[in-house]
Amino acid sequence: MSPTELRETRITGAVRTITGRGEPELVPQSRLSSSMPWVIAIMVAMTVIALAAGLALRNTVVSAQARLEGGLTVQIVEARPAQREAQTRAAMERLRGLSGVSEVRLVPSEEIDRLIEPWLGSDVVTGKAMSVPIPSLIDVQLTRRADEREVAAVRAALAPVAPAARVDAQSGWLEPVYGAISSLQWLAITLVVLLAVVLAAAVLMAARTALGANRETIEIVHLLGGTDAQIARVFQRSIGIDAAGGGVVGFALALVVILLLGRRFAGLGAGLVEQGALGWSDWLLLAAVPLAAALLAMVTARVTVTHALRKML
Amino acid sequence: MSRSGGDEIVQFDNVGLRYGTDLEVLRNLSFTLFPGNFYFLTGASGAGKSSLMRLLYLAQRPSRGMIRMFGSDAITLPRERLPMLRRRIGVVFQDFRLVSHLSAFDNVALPLRVAGATERDLRKPVFDMLDWVGLADRMNSRPATLSGGEQQRVAIARAVIARPQMLVADEPTGNVDPEMAVKLLRLFEALNGLGTTVVIATHDVHLLQKVPDSLIMRLNKGQLADPTGALRFPPRRSATTTQNGGTGA
Repeated sequence: MSPTELRETRITGAVRTITGRGEPELVPQSRLSSSMPWVIAIMVAMTVIALAAGLALRNTVVSAQARLEGGLTVQIVEARPAQREAQTRAAMERLRGLSGVSEVRLVPSEEIDRLIEPWLGSDVVTGKAMSVPIPSLIDVQLTRRADEREVAAVRAALAPVAPAARVDAQSGWLEPVYGAISSLQWLAITLVVLLAVVLAAAVLMAARTALGANRETIEIVHLLGGTDAQIARVFQRSIGIDAAGGGVVGFALALVVILLLGRRFAGLGAGLVEQGALGWSDWLLLAAVPLAAALLAMVTARVTVTHALRKML
Repeated sequence: MSRSGGDEIVQFDNVGLRYGTDLEVLRNLSFTLFPGNFYFLTGASGAGKSSLMRLLYLAQRPSRGMIRMFGSDAITLPRERLPMLRRRIGVVFQDFRLVSHLSAFDNVALPLRVAGATERDLRKPVFDMLDWVGLADRMNSRPATLSGGEQQRVAIARAVIARPQMLVADEPTGNVDPEMAVKLLRLFEALNGLGTTVVIATHDVHLLQKVPDSLIMRLNKGQLADPTGALRFPPRRSATTTQNGGTGA
């Protein structure tokens, strides 16, 4: 035996010992498609990122909708400070006495100043430049959904004690934003489905190429009594190994991207973004992506190979 | 060892074979092979020996006619049942057809693995078989590093390792020296002695004389030279019985 053969034999023996399989591969792994693990890695990474984005958007919508569904904002739009103060107090008292109101909170003037400072400037807010009457704000949380009827009822209840009160459902302000977020969520889902289709197509092409490249070996195995299932299993296992390796790499890559993006968004300090944080169930779902990709790849390979083998004698 | 009766393992009836729209390469073949017989298939180059062999090892379906093998209709047999039939046939291909990325050991072990043998069970028989064909020291070599004769011996070892009921060999001694050719013939005879039906395609007339009890099928331009019953009453056997004063088969 030549030194090269001896070395190959030792390597093969070692691989068989490590994998616990005495049987050699009928179709060499390298012949299937050397680029397949990388294709799967990229697909898995993109799918995980798209899914993570979809989940974050869903969390944002669900969390915000839960909070805003029963939320009302009452503004006391009165230029005279003393009357504004009196109507605010009266409105708060009236609101606390209403059935279906779970929480009433007067938004502190400092918080209002902070909110309007970017638009009107600090001089206006502190009263150095000129005095601008700023309405009082009352956050009201209802125990039920703040629909048009509820808004009208609160408005009617406040009219006698605070004629300057304006009542708005909080959900109404952000409805277009949440509509847009929902669209993005659907876009993410569509992207995940498309990536799965592309992955299946890539595996299909790789399996067909591998079948063509190994046609001679397959014919020999057939003539020695090998069944379609035995041959398909070889391809399925081989693609499965590729998919598992690619899946792990792709998931790790996506994890890095998600964590980096998460850190960047967290730095924005925007309440809306913070609501989109991924929960443990989301992470479990993301972790299932490489497994699902491997499963999809294996099933695609098996179906493709079995279908092609049926055309052979 | 020659016998006949109703327990035929191969039966061809009016079989024809054409590739595409060309003329038939095999025409009106009707013959029967019985278990335990030793057959030589002879004929000039292009006579259709390899095509007939392909029909015998189920690599090809005929264009017409009927083929029964091991009691089953090989024409209408569902695809999924073909492997079981093929496992009863050992094949030595003319071009060896060894799997290039597998070692000699793994090539010989292939029929056993396909049949579901465990690694533990197949190790000794494969090693013994390679030892028998003189390749024990090359068991880990890939086909590309073996000589033509060595590859042929690996191909023969692969064909006989699973003790097939019928061995089909296309020019099995074409690439080996005369000494090894005789040795391989002895192996085929030994297998035949154990009940395996052997069919060897060869154009080497000297080979025919080395197996005295063999039956000879002659192909000429796609037809059996004696379409009136060369294989039902094989020429050599008829000659033998005539010489012996017998009445034929």
